[in-house]
Amino acid sequence: MSLITAENVCKDYHTGEVTIRALNDLSFAIEPAAFVSFVGPSGSGKTTLLNLIGCLDKPTEGKLTVSGTDISLLDRKESAAFRGSHIGFIFQDFNLIPVLTVYENIEYPLIMVQNIPAGERKNRILRLLEAVDMNAQKDKYPDQISGGQKQRVAIARALVTNPKLVLADEPTANLDSKTAYAVIELMKKMRDELQTTFIFSTHDQKIVGEAEILFTLEDGFLKSRETRGGGA
Amino acid sequence: MGNLFKIAVRNLLRYKRRTILTASLITIGVVFVLVFISVSSSFKTMMTGQITDSMLGHIQVHRRGYVASIDNLPLNLNLKPDAVKKLDDILAQDRDIEAFSPRIKFGGMLSNFVETTNIRLNGVYPEREFRTVPLLASRISAGKKTLHRGEILIPALLSRGMGVKTGDTVVIVATNQDGSVNGKSLTVSGVLESATGPGGRDGYVHIEDAQEILRMPAADVSEVAMRLRDFGRLESVRLRLEGLLGSDMNPQGKPLFEVHTWEQLSPFYNIARMIDVMTFFIKLMLIAIVLISIMNVMVMAVYERIREIGTIAAIGTLPGKILSMFIIEGFCMGVLGTVIGNILGGGILYALNAAGITFDFGQQTGLILTATVDPADVAVLSGIVIIVSVIASLQPAFKASRMEPIAALRHV
Repeated sequence: MSLITAENVCKDYHTGEVTIRALNDLSFAIEPAAFVSFVGPSGSGKTTLLNLIGCLDKPTEGKLTVSGTDISLLDRKESAAFRGSHIGFIFQDFNLIPVLTVYENIEYPLIMVQNIPAGERKNRILRLLEAVDMNAQKDKYPDQISGGQKQRVAIARALVTNPKLVLADEPTANLDSKTAYAVIELMKKMRDELQTTFIFSTHDQKIVGEAEILFTLEDGFLKSRETRGGGA
Repeated sequence: MGNLFKIAVRNLLRYKRRTILTASLITIGVVFVLVFISVSSSFKTMMTGQITDSMLGHIQVHRRGYVASIDNLPLNLNLKPDAVKKLDDILAQDRDIEAFSPRIKFGGMLSNFVETTNIRLNGVYPEREFRTVPLLASRISAGKKTLHRGEILIPALLSRGMGVKTGDTVVIVATNQDGSVNGKSLTVSGVLESATGPGGRDGYVHIEDAQEILRMPAADVSEVAMRLRDFGRLESVRLRLEGLLGSDMNPQGKPLFEVHTWEQLSPFYNIARMIDVMTFFIKLMLIAIVLISIMNVMVMAVYERIREIGTIAAIGTLPGKILSMFIIEGFCMGVLGTVIGNILGGGILYALNAAGITFDFGQQTGLILTATVDPADVAVLSGIVIIVSVIASLQPAFKASRMEPIAALRHV
């Protein structure tokens, strides 16, 4: 069974009396544990599509199912709860909470979203800190670590709730190429270990090659779907 | 909940200078109100005590119509012996009443055989009077702190004006209810310092001397003053007495007795009311300070953290928790300002008391200000500040909780 199913999904934005169609009749399916990238130039609809898959927005037309749930049927509170239990997010600007340490940033979703007991929280966090190689920095604040380290913390935060899906919108845009490659490798490694589906958008050709399934978007249309080594 | 507090405190510490400034504003407000409440209520309590314990008593009972004509000291509106007996029985059994004292009030002429002047006198049972108005004895500045038959306590103003000293003999001449005049020689046993308020310049004689001067065949009484064990029960005792005495009617079918608290008998009560009104407006100012300063800080906090709000909303934080997070920040700020304000306010009150500040009230001089604060006042004040802090945080917190994650994440 597919983790994500899109059927004729459209998304319109209204600016005054002008309607802009950002996504046009998209249909696709993504299987569990896939490592997927949406590519395309600016304005092609990558972020809009990730927002829809991430339950941050709703399609204007069509049906989008994530983990068996039609996300257009969820209200505001249900969407938040669904995101908290099924989806992890990695942001371009890392978006760590500045008043919390590395450890506390990873802990945040377990306390504020999932209410996990203290003992289990600690186990999960230490395991992920080890996995992303940030154990030595766990007591530092975000402004005391580098961009690459911040993104590793963000990956750990996205994975700590054991989500089925992690969405990353331009996760390497603010990183140098070496660090960007390392981050993508880390994401792939975590996918292998946890069998979590990773979907990221990018226009960086150097890391596009790391995706196993590549969707190309252009002007809101899905132009191609390309499967590479290991992809379903 | 503990984590919400941890995050709130960390966020407040993130902008230390702003937090300190806002908390300082609240602190100053709390200190100012605390000191004002304390000093004004201490002043009020002291003055009320002076008035009730020096001459008025806490509650007085008169025959109906007497208070309306009280300046004339009308002898024809005295309580008759039957009424006095009934009143005695009721008051003696009332556990709320510590002491009560019947008085005959009358006007007369005082002569030292050289000069003559008019005087207002109270005929009292000395022991009962001293128990009912315990500060009366402290007003006796010269002579004995007692009063026996054949003696008179005269006001200091008359003593100085006429050159009358303790041990001197004076004559009191008064007109009785029938219009005939009678006189009696009395020995000055003491000089009474004046007190502000009605009756503050009256002289005192023994009630039996008053009856003799006024040629009263029976023990009529102008008023009965009483002292309560608990001043806080003033109104409830007044209502109970009115109920108990309300069944006695005069020939016109109206209640025979009138019950008045000191508030209805002393003009100082209006000053006390003004102090209460001022206190109310001072509290309103404090509420405005807290409301505006906390709201300002929280609006800024939400504006500066829009992307952060978008992030925590995106990762699944429910709107209610985002709302709580910001409300707790406002709450913590209010608590911080309140705690520091109370500590500083307490310190200032301690310093004021240590300084031994004196003030004058009417004829009384050199009264030492003893600023005390009721813990209930501190609790109410603290509660007001904290509740207002939470209320001030509501709008910004609600705005934060209603933010669309996408729009918030896009915010630059």
